[in-house]
Amino acid sequence: MRGRGGWLTLAAFLAVTAAVVIMPAERSGWDWGGVLSFLAAFAVTVAIYSLFTLGLNVQWGYAGVFNFGVVAFFMLGAYAAAAFTTEPAAGGFDTYVGGLGPKLSPPFLQGEEWVPFVVGAAVASLMCGLLAYLLSFPALRLREDYLAIATIGVAELMRNVVVAERGLVNSERGLKGIPRPFYSFFSPDNYEYFYLLLALVVLALVFLATERAVRSPWGRVLRALREDETATAASGKDVTAFRRQAFVVGAMIMGLGGAVYAYERGAVSPDTFTHFAGTFIFWAMLIVGGSGNNRGAVLGAYVVWGLWIVSLQLLGYPLPEALRNRIFYIRDMVLGGLLVAVLLLRPQGLLPEERRVSIWVERLLRRPPEAVGARPSGDRTPTS
Amino acid sequence: MTALARARTLAETGWQGLRYRADAIAGVVLWALVLSFLAGAAVTSPDHFAVGLVVGSVYALAALGLTLIYGVLRFANFAHGDLMMLGAYVAYFALTGAVLGTRRDVQLPRALDSLPGATERLGDLTFGYGLPLATAVAAVALALLCIGLDRAVYRPLRRRRAGVVIFAVASLGLAIGLRSLMLMLWGPNPRLYVEGVFPAHRFPFGVLLKSDQVFTFAVAVALAGLVYLLLFRTRLGKAMRALADNPDLARVSGIDTERIVVWTWVVAGALIAVAGVLLALQAQLNPQLGFVILLPVFAGAILGGIGHPLGALVGALVVAVAQESSVGWEFFGRQLDPTYKPGVAFVILIAILLLRPRGLMGART
Repeated sequence: MRGRGGWLTLAAFLAVTAAVVIMPAERSGWDWGGVLSFLAAFAVTVAIYSLFTLGLNVQWGYAGVFNFGVVAFFMLGAYAAAAFTTEPAAGGFDTYVGGLGPKLSPPFLQGEEWVPFVVGAAVASLMCGLLAYLLSFPALRLREDYLAIATIGVAELMRNVVVAERGLVNSERGLKGIPRPFYSFFSPDNYEYFYLLLALVVLALVFLATERAVRSPWGRVLRALREDETATAASGKDVTAFRRQAFVVGAMIMGLGGAVYAYERGAVSPDTFTHFAGTFIFWAMLIVGGSGNNRGAVLGAYVVWGLWIVSLQLLGYPLPEALRNRIFYIRDMVLGGLLVAVLLLRPQGLLPEERRVSIWVERLLRRPPEAVGARPSGDRTPTS
Repeated sequence: MTALARARTLAETGWQGLRYRADAIAGVVLWALVLSFLAGAAVTSPDHFAVGLVVGSVYALAALGLTLIYGVLRFANFAHGDLMMLGAYVAYFALTGAVLGTRRDVQLPRALDSLPGATERLGDLTFGYGLPLATAVAAVALALLCIGLDRAVYRPLRRRRAGVVIFAVASLGLAIGLRSLMLMLWGPNPRLYVEGVFPAHRFPFGVLLKSDQVFTFAVAVALAGLVYLLLFRTRLGKAMRALADNPDLARVSGIDTERIVVWTWVVAGALIAVAGVLLALQAQLNPQLGFVILLPVFAGAILGGIGHPLGALVGALVVAVAQESSVGWEFFGRQLDPTYKPGVAFVILIAILLLRPRGLMGART
């Protein structure tokens, strides 16, 4: 079982990689420079989406909190970061609050170009955390399916607010001209690579932090309460408090993802934050990759977004027109079908959850046997 | 010692009694709120109230199907809205025989509207007898589709005893799949059962309604009555309610649960198709129909107490009337933006989940 599963994972990874590299190369007549910049843009998106799947993994994979409104946090994070870094509204058709732009730097950091971006990302993350905190009081008392409906409702209401409150964030027109960090330091051709580096650094930090968290006592409690809430409560843990923490931490990661997204796109508008592109796709990525496994969350983002991109590449080939007109629908259908197929045939995903107890046990097991054997009592697994 | 224990038991019973009474009071208060809201809406803006009743009757049929599935199969079917949308399109196909070709529609040589007199208007309605026939075809098709989906997806999950979340995610995947299937076959452009503009009729109290809307309301009432008879006057309905009440008990009393599940999907599939057609009849067929209706229908089912058929009807009506009359509401001297119409359902949903998650008629948990 394990061997076969391993092959499947490797095959999925290699197939997507091959398609993502070979198709644009073949279409551009083997112009490797163009392919490289295409791959950089692809990787940036995968890195951003991985932040969302990691956040969702903290909520659902670890703690079993059923968030069906990821798009609410996506939207809030992107808008918060955008509102803090754009220039103030110039008037005319544009009306929005925020737009602090250069005013954001405190006097002693005047002229430091990174300040607004860091503040924007921090505020995005904090606002998402705050939303999750406030939501957790009514929502976490609910049964899972009610929680799902409530989170969908929050997302819906937020989009209503963005569109209806004309002076808030420019309604349907969205926010444009969000500056990109350190844009002036690079030539436009090279900027994508720099941004990729930046996104990868953020992703790596979040990944390491969540990996560390899952092996900590905190992560252990979360997994325990996911598996058996009653037993966890009986052993003296405040179940709701742990759930709330997981919900807030996951939401903060998503807020950060929203900020990185807004800086990359340079514009946000309400019509991009649909339930499909903002919630469903992250669930598909996490389930396909393997919920409960951080590497699975990243792999899922890679595989699903790879398939997504490949379908766009297909448009460059001579296809019958009836098929070409429908390629986006076929893509959606394949994604929906893939999700259901994974749930039915391989519910653990491409990378199943690993058995993890604690970093201390893992360190002990990594030691040479004689060092472990030298322990006085001989019990190798300390109870935690 | 014993005195202390006795005192404690007494205190605990008292506390339980108090909780029970608080629950009963909350129920009465909720009913009073709902009824006074409906009465208030009817008095202050009869036209919005009438439209709310019509929209609410469509919601009610949808909520009835949703709550039936929830009761018997114990999961929230997020594909419900998209199944309704698909049902409306299947009826469209049966009626006109049109599918999207490469650029323009391809027409089947014969469809229901080529029957003699099928498009002649019935009385003052906009459609002829072809549409009810097409709806019947769609009801059969949707019932079969639902059974197929249950066999392929939900039954394996049920056998595995998968959690509610897995069911919900799977149904969301199906919803996406169904929507894209519909888009592949009929494209993104809106469609109409019958082209043309039809005048509304004037009723007392300044109410303006089209004949189709009155028809919608009548059909919904009739179908709800049929479902009531089915649930409470037949053996099948009794078995369904038993299964909803306690699956294990139902099984040991000799009820063939898988057979009941199939029948539940038949009833739900037919309800879905009819509700979808009636929904599309209000305005037009478009691919967004399914998602737009999902939240209000859930709100209605939960307000009524999920799993409870009569509650679903009342809850759906309340949600629809609230949505329709919200257009006239003012906040801080400013009219509520119509964009918030879907948000009204959500606010009701949150309020009910906070105050009384079991809704108007749901069972105590």
